[in-house]
Amino acid sequence: MIYEVFRQERKGVAFEHAGSVVAPDEGFARAYAHEQYGRRGESAALWVVPRDAVMEVEDFVDELNRNYHRVDGYSLKAKLAEARARAAAGDR
Amino acid sequence: MREQLLAIADDELVLGWRDSEWTGIAPVLEEDVAFSSIAQNEIGHARAIYRLLSEDADALAFDRAPEEYRSSQLVELRFVPDWARTIARRVLYEAADELRLRRLMASDDPAVAGLAAKIDREEAYHRMHAELWHERLRDEPRYLAAVDELFPYTLAMAEPDDHESLIARFEPKTVASNTVLQAHARGSHADGWSELWEEMTEVRRSVPGATW
Repeated sequence: MIYEVFRQERKGVAFEHAGSVVAPDEGFARAYAHEQYGRRGESAALWVVPRDAVMEVEDFVDELNRNYHRVDGYSLKAKLAEARARAAAGDR
Repeated sequence: MREQLLAIADDELVLGWRDSEWTGIAPVLEEDVAFSSIAQNEIGHARAIYRLLSEDADALAFDRAPEEYRSSQLVELRFVPDWARTIARRVLYEAADELRLRRLMASDDPAVAGLAAKIDREEAYHRMHAELWHERLRDEPRYLAAVDELFPYTLAMAEPDDHESLIARFEPKTVASNTVLQAHARGSHADGWSELWEEMTEVRRSVPGATW
């Protein structure tokens, strides 16, 4: 059985995916995760989750290319540069 | 006390060595990493105890004659590639080690008690690992035979005060006679000890007196 391991580098920061371990049950998964992702003091805490328990969501369709829904759809940087240029030219 | 600490340090050093023989050849990769890490911890514990006894931990670890080591036969036996015996030894050793560590933690000497408490915090994970295997293999005849075979060595390693508790925990089919315990007692070494000593000290002896 495969367990996914998430690692918190220090207290208070977000957990990040560290990797996985193969183990016959939860007890071994815990021990193996502890040795593989914690033995060098590189982790403050771990989350160990059976891979099956992780719900994967990956169906992100955008057939009509509505890029204004996306955070990168509106380029603030370019607009800002233009606005600054106009302001500098006294063109209000 | 000094003699007792030296015996514990020698046990940890030699078991660390024996367990490290599994590095790269354990039955599954995860266990390979776990075993190697545990072996490293044990050698680290030996180093810390040697330091308590002497300025020169390396000299204690590597410069003694083979007959001067106080290690028990349980840790000296070579088991590769026998996983059942290897796990049985880990389980039995951790059980006996826990009892003697507890006594050290109650020591009047704050340096000894403090170090024992530190070591115990790491040993807790070794015990967890050993327990998991014990549970998993508890119906395997090969494993049970290995536990029975190694139980007398475990008693010979442990202090007499701890025998009762170990017997209650593992319920061996027969309890070893005094003659058997005598044969496995500290001070006499297991088969293969001189080869192990040769290997352990080979590099150190290759350039006597060198500073590494």
